[in-house]
Amino acid sequence: MPDTGTNHYIPMWLLAELTYACPLQCPYCSNPLQLPASRKHELSTEEWLRVMREARKLGAVQLGFSGGEPLVRRDLEELIVAADKMGFYCNLITSAIGLTTDKISLFKAAGIKHIQISFQGSNKETNALFGGTDSFQHKQAMARYVIDQGIPLGLNFVLHRRNLHQITEFLQMAEDLGAEFVELANTQYYAWALHNRDQLLPSSAQLEEAEAATNRFRDQHQGNMKVLFVAPDYYEKRPKKCSNGWGTTFITVTPEGDVLPCQSAKVIDGLEFPNVRDASLQDIWRHADLFNGFRGTHWMQEPCASCPEKEIDLGGCRCQAFMLTGNAYATDPVCELSPEHHLIKKAIAAAKQDEMAEDRIVPLLFRNPSNAKKLAS
Amino acid sequence: MFDISSDQFQLNPNYRLQYEDAQECHVLLYPEGLVKLSETAVAILTRCTSPTNGIDVIAGLQRTYPDAESLPADVMEFLIDAQSQSWIVAVED
Ligand code: SF4
Ligand code: SF4
Repeated sequence: MPDTGTNHYIPMWLLAELTYACPLQCPYCSNPLQLPASRKHELSTEEWLRVMREARKLGAVQLGFSGGEPLVRRDLEELIVAADKMGFYCNLITSAIGLTTDKISLFKAAGIKHIQISFQGSNKETNALFGGTDSFQHKQAMARYVIDQGIPLGLNFVLHRRNLHQITEFLQMAEDLGAEFVELANTQYYAWALHNRDQLLPSSAQLEEAEAATNRFRDQHQGNMKVLFVAPDYYEKRPKKCSNGWGTTFITVTPEGDVLPCQSAKVIDGLEFPNVRDASLQDIWRHADLFNGFRGTHWMQEPCASCPEKEIDLGGCRCQAFMLTGNAYATDPVCELSPEHHLIKKAIAAAKQDEMAEDRIVPLLFRNPSNAKKLAS
Repeated sequence: MFDISSDQFQLNPNYRLQYEDAQECHVLLYPEGLVKLSETAVAILTRCTSPTNGIDVIAGLQRTYPDAESLPADVMEFLIDAQSQSWIVAVED
């Protein structure tokens, strides 16, 4: 392994994916296509406590409890209590399905500092359509209670072609609820979303309008709500840095203990994923090939290797490079300088065609066990 | 907006202020983010962990740093900024 100065990086963020189980079926879910048959290989409470302690030792300060749906875990409250005592700032990232007012009060006492609730649409119908469950009113009620309890509320709205036009409506709802943060996150086309790309990818005109609508809202409402608009990178000239730089800031631990530099890294075939059951988090963060393999710029191929911009975007997303070109070392095809950039153009054209051909709309592939089986065969 | 000089305020109870060995400095943690604090910021914010007001914070700091001439103005500037970022919030009575 080349020297990548591995020891000065601090994983500020630990994302604890407590379980893949989830009552929703979002067609853009970033979880792996293969859903585990049962939950029996999930990390135990003791194992999570150890992971959290080790992450704190490495300097992690932000902790996100996520999934799947983290509320499915019975030990969530216990984990929050422990994490808060260890000095973590605890964020809960949830769909709110399974959340109750009692649980919110318990979590508050346990030390949760921020709750983020995801919405799949800005009204009852689209929310149900894209999440595969009817939950709109419940989500709103829970959001209100989070505010009542004095817990900072964040709302997350996952955007795609079929709900982008709802941005203003959604922002209005967020403001009415009293949210402090809103994340308008365009779907990134990994995992489940890649399979639904033709049906989900917006046109550039649609995106521009959505961004303009966001800015109009910001101008008209000078409140305290912070709004973040995350554009999908298909329409950019340069790719995004992966998770602020592979192995520099984020560490994700999956329900069964695999340690990843980014949430979707498992889509890359041929990599070995270190597991907390075999080694300490310190050891993995500092020495695992998975982390050192793509840290910095030493691993790059052309055109990245001799590109003057390589420190800026670090060659883009490894998952995207692999999914679209079959080579994890390739330049992210989103980059105009990539020899495979035509793949992005093709995807945009295919999505456009799908949009025009209303009469032969291909159904969305929802994330559920029967579709997971279909994809496997 | 509360009046920084006279109204009671304190560090946002939803934020965390702590020393981090790994970063060898104090940090302020807030939803999905953090900021590394300068020593001046720490000196001010540690005086806001219980209800206080701008006049008291300045008076306390002047006792510790009697020679710092621009101290009142600097502290006020910092507190105005801290208020706009919700690092400090009003205390309801
Ligand atoms: S994206 Fe949807 S299906 Fe996937 S874990 Fe989140 S809520 Fe569940
Ligand atoms: S060629 Fe590689 S390093 Fe250069 S801008 Fe494109 S992705 Fe970034």
